[in-house]
Amino acid sequence: MSEMITINVDGKDRRVKAGQPLIQACLDTGSYVPHFCYHPRMEPVGMCRQCMVEVESPRGTMMVPSCTMNVHDGMVVHTQSDMIKKVQEGMLEFLLINHPLDCPVCDRGGECPLQDQTMACGPGESRFVEEKRHYEKPVPISDLVFLDRERCILCARCVRFSDEISGDPLIEFTFRGANNQIRTFPDEPFASYFSGNTVQICPVGALTAAPYRFRARPWDLQKVASTCTHCTTGCDISVDSSQNQVLRFNGVDNDYTNHGWLSDKCRFGFEFLGSDQRITSPLIKGEDGEFALASWGRALDVVVERLSGIIERDGGGAVAALGGARGTNEDAYALSKFMRVAVGSNHVDAQMDDGLNAQFLAALAGRGRINDLESAKTVLVWGPDLKEENGTLYLRVRRAAQTLGARLIVVHPRRTGLDDRAAFKFGYRPGDGAETLRKLAAGEGDFAAAREVLGEGSVIALVGRTGYTEDPRLAEAVAAFVRDLPGSSVLTLARRSNTYGALDMGLAPTLLPGRVSADDESGRSLLASVWGELPGAVGRDARGILQGVRDGAIKAIVLQGADPFRDVPDGALAAEALANAEFIVALDMFLTDSTSTADVILPAAAFTEKEGSVTNLEGRVQKVNQIVAPPGQARADWSILDDLARRLGKPLGFGSAEVVAKEIATVAPAYAGVDWDAIDTEAGIVVPAGDAAQPLHYVPVAGWSGNPSSADPGGGKTMRLHYARTLYDDGVLMRNGLSLHMLAPGGFAAITSADAARLGVAEGDTVIVNEVELPVRIDDSLSNGVVYVPFNQSGITSLGDSLEVELLVKEAGA
Amino acid sequence: MNQTLVLFRRMTDYPADSHTLDRYLETGGYEQARVALGKTRDELVELVKSSGLIGRGGAGFSAGMKWSFLAPARPAYLVVNGDESEPGTFKDRQLLERDPHQMIEGMIIAAVANEVHEAFIYIRGEYPKPARRVQQAVFEAYERGYLGPNVMGTGYHLDITVHLGAGAYICGEETALLNSLEGRRGEPRLKPPFFPAAKGLYMLPTIVNNVETISNLPHIVERGIDWYRDLGHDVDTGTFLFSISGHVKKPGNYELPHGITWRELIYDVAGGIRSDNELKAWVPGGASAPWFVPSKHLDLQITKSVTDTSGSMLGSGAVIVMDETTDMVAAAERLVRFFAEESCGQCTPCREGTTWLDMILRRMLDGGGRAVDLDLLYDVSDNISVGVGWPPKQTTICPLGPSAVSAVKSLLEYFRPEAEEHISRANRVPLAIKGVGA
Repeated sequence: MSEMITINVDGKDRRVKAGQPLIQACLDTGSYVPHFCYHPRMEPVGMCRQCMVEVESPRGTMMVPSCTMNVHDGMVVHTQSDMIKKVQEGMLEFLLINHPLDCPVCDRGGECPLQDQTMACGPGESRFVEEKRHYEKPVPISDLVFLDRERCILCARCVRFSDEISGDPLIEFTFRGANNQIRTFPDEPFASYFSGNTVQICPVGALTAAPYRFRARPWDLQKVASTCTHCTTGCDISVDSSQNQVLRFNGVDNDYTNHGWLSDKCRFGFEFLGSDQRITSPLIKGEDGEFALASWGRALDVVVERLSGIIERDGGGAVAALGGARGTNEDAYALSKFMRVAVGSNHVDAQMDDGLNAQFLAALAGRGRINDLESAKTVLVWGPDLKEENGTLYLRVRRAAQTLGARLIVVHPRRTGLDDRAAFKFGYRPGDGAETLRKLAAGEGDFAAAREVLGEGSVIALVGRTGYTEDPRLAEAVAAFVRDLPGSSVLTLARRSNTYGALDMGLAPTLLPGRVSADDESGRSLLASVWGELPGAVGRDARGILQGVRDGAIKAIVLQGADPFRDVPDGALAAEALANAEFIVALDMFLTDSTSTADVILPAAAFTEKEGSVTNLEGRVQKVNQIVAPPGQARADWSILDDLARRLGKPLGFGSAEVVAKEIATVAPAYAGVDWDAIDTEAGIVVPAGDAAQPLHYVPVAGWSGNPSSADPGGGKTMRLHYARTLYDDGVLMRNGLSLHMLAPGGFAAITSADAARLGVAEGDTVIVNEVELPVRIDDSLSNGVVYVPFNQSGITSLGDSLEVELLVKEAGA
Repeated sequence: MNQTLVLFRRMTDYPADSHTLDRYLETGGYEQARVALGKTRDELVELVKSSGLIGRGGAGFSAGMKWSFLAPARPAYLVVNGDESEPGTFKDRQLLERDPHQMIEGMIIAAVANEVHEAFIYIRGEYPKPARRVQQAVFEAYERGYLGPNVMGTGYHLDITVHLGAGAYICGEETALLNSLEGRRGEPRLKPPFFPAAKGLYMLPTIVNNVETISNLPHIVERGIDWYRDLGHDVDTGTFLFSISGHVKKPGNYELPHGITWRELIYDVAGGIRSDNELKAWVPGGASAPWFVPSKHLDLQITKSVTDTSGSMLGSGAVIVMDETTDMVAAAERLVRFFAEESCGQCTPCREGTTWLDMILRRMLDGGGRAVDLDLLYDVSDNISVGVGWPPKQTTICPLGPSAVSAVKSLLEYFRPEAEEHISRANRVPLAIKGVGA
């Protein structure tokens, strides 16, 4: 905690943090100082001049902007003197003379800092009789954001955000004086993954978001605090709705997670919620293969009849469940209990063949916190491109490197969003990870300086799989290496929003609820005391389940928000499996390639339509709150599963999400302290992980030496495949949220210019990778001999995850 | 009255080739750089401090004090401000164009004094000929070993880069100049924390001195502080370069001692008012300075302290003389329009306020003046420069906004009846030809 000092504001002594901006000290202690350009998460620029105050000094009283002056002990400040009031009123008059005052048709009207501060400190009427400035408006500066330069008050918040925070300075001032205006660069759209933040922090309606424009008046909005469920970061959000429709997500400033920011996928990814493609009634597939509407009673009866038939005939082990990482902890727990208790199967996996060891993710010894980034001297990122997969975590790492001065080391087969801030960037070919790690650990050659830095202490490592072809043991080996460094902590990077929560609820073959190893006898007996008898056989993971269904060992499959066709790297295996299943029941919001193969589809509620908790990558449990009613007859997953279990004769005993949460707290040792009210706060509750007192304390394997190196690609058509996700893709939620779906890059095969020359292809030519035709892109951030293909783009459902692929050139006219 | 030729000596004696290195060497050039190279930072800073040399860029701050504030971090930079863009000012142009080596030698002295090995000359973009001359002089100095890795064989390393501005007045403000030099938008930086002596060019300690200030240095090193102080008047040491323009018979640059009166300057040095008209007012120190009028200021001594206490400033030494034919509303409008156009637009009161002031003045000239406009002009000015006083108590980031207020303040203070006359005349202009909506 920083030192506290005393300043005097308008005659009252205030205890404030030493060295903070004077304006923040005033705001924190109840003295409101009007302002526009000041934003606590960005460097002050002192441009709007609205926050002028008087400060006493040895040379007399000085008038200063309170955002550019830091407090010191004994400072005497006047925020309400006649002179200051006059200046504040004068500034507002200046800001208003060229403002169009089109508040009745402005999205910001009603929640506008310019309106509010004019009301509080501004002039009652305008003395300006000249003609106002005019600009063409609105200008679409990207597919998501519109710019109105007449409303703009030139506070530079958007400019600073894109420069200081998101690192894509695509919006800037042009011209000068009264013609000073915000613009994007010619021929360069404001194509930032984080552009929506500028809309949120714009103090007027100069930047508006396409998905929200003209959709609501702020005073008609209902708001609820919730947690974003797009990735594992667990960002604090406000969900705004009107007339039972979700209309907007805004970031909420949270010291522990997102600092108020959101990626555009999270901010605008709400559109699917109101899609007319939502499934609103249970569906049963008839003899003709067509789905027909059914009542809940009829649909549940069919599921129970078919499942119990299979269980009686082949045992509970003939049923498997995939999914559960997209819902709440309560939904995941319900599935976990349903499968173990009502079905009698351990074949459950929330990770859709993402590859990382569930125990490594859930119970890693030495697990860090996101806020370790605030103090770490060195940050190592060896995992997915955070810009594509964990947007706000990416911003936190940028902040560590750019603002806090941490040394950043990035290891990735391709360029990543963080490279421009990295002190060290190491590329490598997929498959050479173990050798790369060995060199880094030994400080060999180019790695010497980075190794030295890592040894100097306070290191946080963010570790995961860089792509689907990478051996999952590499991430564990990196974590093991980092664990032995002085002052180090590790955060793992799993895919899918509530993976950590789902694993904590036991949605993995090797885990029971509460991060208990499935073979831990004392853990099993504790659980059995509540659940009753547990199935004994060792369960299969997602790939094992799909193989089992394909081979006939598993007959029935429960899909909980799972789309194996697109979720798993080997889409072909998923397709074969689903085609071969005897019975499939899907709990889902949409008809997808996968759910359309189901026999029964049960309509599920989305996270804005139910209450619950979620757990982020550092183990922080936060609340998800309901704001709208589920469409049609959709219900929360836990409630559906509770109903099914009761009909199977094994009631789960869940009457509400809170009841489920209470049971979780009883049976899951790590969740013992999780209280429904305590998680509905800024900090939430961090469930203890990775310390020795926990039932499972997973120490990753050190010294993994990798696979025997395969033949060196180069010369031939055999290439190593780098197969990784992009922020925008062809996932089901994106496809049903039109603003974002059009931003998906589409499929392509990226290779180096040297490989392109060797193979005789140029940018735009067509190549064939595992029978999929893709246009060539040149990307010299790759190593030679590597082809990069983005995951789950339209037209690529099955590329497989084999490290080596043949790259065939499609002949012209063929 | 005769000039006191120091900085202008060489170009006066040898008008044909004063800018060449040969002529410079023949008249004792670069000897003082050699002397300075043998001195320590402390000795040189002390020398300049005791000489009383005042910065000639307009702010009037002691050059030696400025040097002594240089923060210890290194590298440090020296930037010579040749952006001379204050309307009415054209003295640096003459120094750049006709005696560039005098400035380069001064730069070597300033570099040694401030432990600088990389220096820049920022010249306004509208000065192509001076820039060519300076660039040529820098090349010559490199060729002959006065610049480069081994200055005059002493092992001292000094590089000089000549940089042209892109036509913005605000880049004469030292922190905007540094932004421009770094390739950024020419916008003044916040002070605090970005005082150039601590966080200047590339966030490193930086000395920014005006061309005239730097050109004084070889003379101070050569002839000492007593000589330099004797040239001046009391605390105003040395000579002063005046750029006199407007309605005088002999406009031009003059090098003069401090301490003469405005009457002597206008009527003696500059030859009096054209056509022997009546003097109406003059701008004493660049377009930013509040005006002087004959009834109050003609016999004041021209010194920094007298001018400061009389509500204006000597600034950059630009004297703009206006005779009885001048429409003072038009004069004010022209000055305010300049500042409104040159505002960087960064801070609210300057961007909006100066433009608004100009719109009101223009409307008055166009016959659309209203009775309330004079009070409005005053109050808008008050919101840019609280109290409309001098020196200004600015609400802005830099002094540009208050500079626009100077003209309005002068108009209202000395020529209010004339402004009222404009407004009363407005009421006789048919609305249809006013062309305004007011």
